[in-house]
Amino acid sequence: MNRLLYRKLKDRLAFFLILVLALCPTLPLFHILLGVVKQGISSISLEFFIHLPKPPGEEGGGVGNAIVGTLMLALSASLLAVPIGILCGVYLSEYAKGRFGEAVRIAADVLQGTPSIVFGIIAYLWVVKPMGHFSAFSGSVALAIMMLPVIVRSTEEILRMIPETLREASLALGVNYWRTVLKVIIPTGLVGITTGILLSLARIMGETAPLLFTAFGNPFWNFNPMQPVEALPLVVFKYAISPYEEWIRQAWGASLVLTGLVLVLNLSARLLARRMGGHGR
Amino acid sequence: MAARTVTDPKELAIFEVRDLWAYYNEKPAIRKVSLKIPEKKITAIMGPSGCGKTTFIRCLNRLHELTPGASIKGEILLRDKNILEMDPVLVRRKIGMVFQRPNPFPTMTIYDNVIAGYKLLGVRLKREEADRIVEEALRKAALWDEVKDSLHKRGTYLSGGQQQRLCIARALAVKPEVLLMDEPTSALDPKSTAKIEELIVELKRSVTIVIVTHNIAQAGRVADYTAFFYLGELVEFGPTSEIFTVPKDPRTEEFLKGKFG
Ligand SMILES: Nc1ncnc2c1ncn2[C@@H]1O[C@H](COP(=O)(O)OP(=O)(O)OP(=O)(O)O)[C@@H](O)[C@H]1O
Ligand SMILES: [Mg+2]
Repeated sequence: MNRLLYRKLKDRLAFFLILVLALCPTLPLFHILLGVVKQGISSISLEFFIHLPKPPGEEGGGVGNAIVGTLMLALSASLLAVPIGILCGVYLSEYAKGRFGEAVRIAADVLQGTPSIVFGIIAYLWVVKPMGHFSAFSGSVALAIMMLPVIVRSTEEILRMIPETLREASLALGVNYWRTVLKVIIPTGLVGITTGILLSLARIMGETAPLLFTAFGNPFWNFNPMQPVEALPLVVFKYAISPYEEWIRQAWGASLVLTGLVLVLNLSARLLARRMGGHGR
Repeated sequence: MAARTVTDPKELAIFEVRDLWAYYNEKPAIRKVSLKIPEKKITAIMGPSGCGKTTFIRCLNRLHELTPGASIKGEILLRDKNILEMDPVLVRRKIGMVFQRPNPFPTMTIYDNVIAGYKLLGVRLKREEADRIVEEALRKAALWDEVKDSLHKRGTYLSGGQQQRLCIARALAVKPEVLLMDEPTSALDPKSTAKIEELIVELKRSVTIVIVTHNIAQAGRVADYTAFFYLGELVEFGPTSEIFTVPKDPRTEEFLKGKFG
């Protein structure tokens, strides 16, 4: 009888151990979320979303310009990266079986592991130097290069999963190759491709380093892509290392907004992926 | 017109295959096959697994050459014109194909699947015309009554047998001269199989059918002519009744007795 009790106890113990270990990776996430919400929530108000920052020493002000800037950077980076990324992914899955394809694939993987500040340097050399000044455009070039490998590889993988018979169904109707890719293959993989785009967006929205010497930051409203622009991660960076208490408080607020944005993107990607799984394609 | 007659001098041939060789990576899968396929008849392609049946009919709509490493040699005359010298895209518009596994387009509705041959080619159809083509094709494929109230549902919601008939409707909607079918019933239950066999016999009034089948009884039920392939060669070709009752080649006889396959 005693032995049985002992065995049961051991069983319980093992279960709890596994549970605790499984919780380990989620703990930091919850800690971050909790911290950001606790410290940031006091800054959140309508004013925070729609006003310009105030000079140091003055109370109030907001990060409206940085929110606009971040959305602008994300949108223009997507405009650059999405078409190129999808085309490149289509190329890899449809045509590139040989050595050249392998080279492109390795390049994408290396790009994915490259430190983000390097993309800032590249965009600085390619865009800022020739133009002679910082700009939102140069920032979006840096972010677009960061998005590319994620979009390319996810597009390629999704398209590879599409059964050969579907392609042949279209070709057998006398549809040429390009139209088949455009009207059958890509639409069939669209949900998966969109998931990849959302994930790549979530990855770049919070990046500071590639923007430091490209988008640069701007304390005023700017809607011109050829001028420097503010961005949420830049605000967090600048405010957090400043000596002003009010700014540090606002850095937490901006972190909260940024974390919220990234979380929403990640969750939508998740939901889309789940829907795709449910439909069995 | 002598060149277009078949074994039976009363029938006109729509296809004439001359000395056809087909390869995968230089390895021949079809060896010097010559035969004439009669118009508006059902021709069955039979033979043991791996003998080249699929390869053969994929040559007829030039799908074979899309396989990496595949090549083709010889002549395939469609009404006296060599399709190997034509634009493959145009060839495929005249020659429809139904595959072993039903493959409706998963992103399209039943309606759009039927007119996919027009939509994917960018042909603009008037609403009434599209409606008419869809109804006609679905009626021919004996699917109309089952789906007429759910035309705007996804094609993938249908059962396997219904999906296969949808694929037949899709192939028929573009009015092909020839319909190639690669074991169209091998993934289906007996009831759906019977339905599709009935449909095939009905269809030969308007279109020439070439059907690959593993099922000897099925060939006996539907085919006017039967070609027997063995290791890439055409062993015997003739009216089904003759092949089944008095096969000339011992390999055909053994196959029919079920010795291999
Ligand atoms: N993609 C391919 N690459 C290389 N060889 C192939 C390929 N497809 C088929 N073959 C070879 O060609 C030969 C004929 O194959 P095919 O698929 O035409 O046979 P089949 O008569 O349709 O067989 P089954 O009844 O099993 O469908 C086989 O020996 C096969 O191994
Ligand atoms: Mg086969």
